[in-house]
Amino acid sequence: MTERIRLVVDGRPAELDADPAMPLLYALHAELGLANPKFGCGLAQCGACTVQVDGRPTRSCVTPVSAVRGKTITTLAGLGTPEKPHPLQAAYVAEQVPQCGYCLSGWMLTAAALLRDTPKPTDRQIRDALGGLKCRCGTHMAILRAVKRAAGTKA
Amino acid sequence: MRPTDISRRDLLKAGGALVVSFAIPGAARGAFGQAGAGAKPLLLPDELDSWIAVTPHGSVTAFFGKMDMGQGVDVAIAQIVADELDVAFDRVSVVMGDTAFTCNQGGASGSTGVQRGGLTLRHAAAEARRLLLERASAKLGVPADRLVVRDGVVSVAGDAQRRVSYADLIGGRYFHHKLEWNKQYGNPLLAKGQAAVKNASEYRVVGRSIPQKIVAEKVYGRLQYVTEVKVEGMLHARVLRPPSAGCGPTAIDESSIAAIPGARVVHEKDMVAVLAEREWDAVRAARELKVTWAPPCTPFPEMAKLHDHIRQAKSIGGQVPIDKGDVEAALKSAHRIVEAEYEWPFQSHASMGPACAVADVRADEARLWTGSQKPHYGRNGVAKLVGLPPEKVRATWVPGPGSYGRNDAGDAALDAALLSKLTGKPVRVQYMRHDGTGWDPKGPAGVYRGRAGLDAQGNVVAYDFSARGFSRQDVATTENDPKDTLAGQLTGSEPKPTIIFQVPSEAYDFANKRCGWECVAPLLDRGSPLRTGHLRDPLGPETHFASESFIDEIAHAAGADPVAFRLKYVKDPRHTAVIRAAADRAGWGKRPYPNPRRGRGDVMSGRGFSYTERNGTIVAMVAEVEVERRTGRVWARRFTVAHDCGLIINPKALELTIEGNVVQAISRTVFEEVQFDRDHVLSVDWASYPILEMQDAPERIDIVLIDRPDVAASGAGEPSTRTVPAAIANAIYDATGVRIRRVPITPERIKAALARA
Repeated sequence: MTERIRLVVDGRPAELDADPAMPLLYALHAELGLANPKFGCGLAQCGACTVQVDGRPTRSCVTPVSAVRGKTITTLAGLGTPEKPHPLQAAYVAEQVPQCGYCLSGWMLTAAALLRDTPKPTDRQIRDALGGLKCRCGTHMAILRAVKRAAGTKA
Repeated sequence: MRPTDISRRDLLKAGGALVVSFAIPGAARGAFGQAGAGAKPLLLPDELDSWIAVTPHGSVTAFFGKMDMGQGVDVAIAQIVADELDVAFDRVSVVMGDTAFTCNQGGASGSTGVQRGGLTLRHAAAEARRLLLERASAKLGVPADRLVVRDGVVSVAGDAQRRVSYADLIGGRYFHHKLEWNKQYGNPLLAKGQAAVKNASEYRVVGRSIPQKIVAEKVYGRLQYVTEVKVEGMLHARVLRPPSAGCGPTAIDESSIAAIPGARVVHEKDMVAVLAEREWDAVRAARELKVTWAPPCTPFPEMAKLHDHIRQAKSIGGQVPIDKGDVEAALKSAHRIVEAEYEWPFQSHASMGPACAVADVRADEARLWTGSQKPHYGRNGVAKLVGLPPEKVRATWVPGPGSYGRNDAGDAALDAALLSKLTGKPVRVQYMRHDGTGWDPKGPAGVYRGRAGLDAQGNVVAYDFSARGFSRQDVATTENDPKDTLAGQLTGSEPKPTIIFQVPSEAYDFANKRCGWECVAPLLDRGSPLRTGHLRDPLGPETHFASESFIDEIAHAAGADPVAFRLKYVKDPRHTAVIRAAADRAGWGKRPYPNPRRGRGDVMSGRGFSYTERNGTIVAMVAEVEVERRTGRVWARRFTVAHDCGLIINPKALELTIEGNVVQAISRTVFEEVQFDRDHVLSVDWASYPILEMQDAPERIDIVLIDRPDVAASGAGEPSTRTVPAAIANAIYDATGVRIRRVPITPERIKAALARA
């Protein structure tokens, strides 16, 4: 029982026939072939599958694709490009943040929303906003430096 | 990802564009066989061409048979090769992880990427330079000792117009030159030419903080991981593990997934999987398939009695690697005995994503795309499992969702191969979170006991340390043999665990000193979700949590400052320099211990010291922690780390590596413990296996790098892990006056210990 579903992903219209209960993650990754977001847990516990839905960081692994019909999806690849980087992306490269890098969608799309709403966050605000995300390689110190660099508040 | 056709010859022909800096995407079917087998000379360690190639444009490709798992080892290798060959760093590319292009140097293993893996590359690059100078000498008519090399151009000293480039001398062609090879594969592999390698004083690129280019690909969401590999016609698979360990399926109701398009079951002995053309259909089928499993056989003890089980179970083997003087006699004559026992739980790799692999097994050849850090061994394991000679199997590493040892990637690789063989189609296996956390090989639980004798003046007259636990290798460090994987064990391969444990690694010079270990049998002999395997710094954090906590306990009993006490018994000047560096940077002034001014308020603070060695790398650190009396929360707020791994190749990458080690080790110390009952592992996701999150990351990690250009580079990928747990426990003692001898140091354990105090 599939339905036709239309989305806008990273500025481009996309459509697919899918089980409406299928999580958005499988639509983006398996069906549309995007390299990100990633499957981390399928339980909204880690953040690796994060995308922004109309600007809001959303765990795509538990969001039915039917719930985002017609909405605007931004993935990590849509945040910026090497030619026109988002300040966080530039900061992540400068700070050499990732090791395996599999977790990046969660951290970066969540931090991008934080910086949009709170351009000069305190250390506490950053830590609170990024709560609930996982990074198994332990790059947390570099993440903090990069977010502060992007905000222009780096000590 | 659409795999790209590329052969070794293409690599030689190519300019910069085609040669990628980390791994070659997998070859599609068309190029199959042409790549490894068709290339001349043979891909053997005694061929210089197996290590170094010069393209027609004069750029250099280094073929590295170890791996980088995100810490930048490939950058370090390029730095080493650039210096030995006198070419600019930007002109060196490193190819790794593909059995068609690289010799088996052991994959990522034991922090030996630079220490051992870099050694052969250094010698090969030096030999290539020597041969190029020989050719240049003939061409320019000048003896080699009058030639100089600058960025791949050889010229006559003092006459820069008389010159010839590497590209002109050999670009796009093979050296056809033999090296002396020690006939070993894996970590011990060493191949050398006649050329002497450079002295550290001649390095220009080594020692610089060159960034990783691959970081940008990750940050812009463009990197293709193993989870993105797509092969035409492939099926998506999910596995179904027994709900109770050791219980196979007795009935499978295939009609339960009949409504899911294309979904099918593959079942061989205790291995059960579902496959479908669309991934979501495979996920649904795995949820909905009705399987009847054999009744539980309760192979595990009650979790609360795990460490008693370890104490009481029969020994299946042991060693006493350190036995100096007469410990028993010295203990008898001691004025005072200090004794303590420490416990460590099972821990999971809990990699960021569960493992994924793609395999395409045909009648006479097979392909594997794997995130495993040891793809050469994965190739061998697949070959044995499907019954092909290893040279007919090509494995290609594609970055995976984190790797800190023998994690679930090795199991996924052989699962994919088995399912591809059974279905005759290419198969992509991706585990669900419960497969990854619940069924990866675990770091072993253990019990550690220290006894020390002090004389009347507080001098240590005897030191006795004994470890007892599950072997660290129920499954081998690699997936070289199906018996060491779930696919093998669930389909009848006989496991053969290696019995191996560990003793502390440090330089305390006690007159009477004994350190030994014993192993107890695995709780379930095959297909166990509690089977052990290598997890970052295998037994390092476990052993040194105990040994460095115990050293602090002895120091306290002797009334000595923890740093002064260590310096009293450590004589090796490299070791004492590291201990002093950490103490000095942290501003460690002598004061009573535990902290007399820790306060009566809710937040108590303290500092702790620890020091260890690992295969030539020496680490000392100070942890500063806060303990909340009311909640029991421990915040490891600040670390000061001194680190000596000999010659430093890339300082920034080294600092980032140390930070990652410290943070991951805080997580293991404070949060991580595999939960289980009599027949299940209950830790199956991030809620049941919590790890450190941002709120608990330290405020600051200060790092003192001690560069020793005269000492060969040793490893850095793990050593700073093992010093963390004791530094935290010692700091908690300083803060609270309470000694915690059990990891993880959870709020419940803190509150219970404070209530008892």
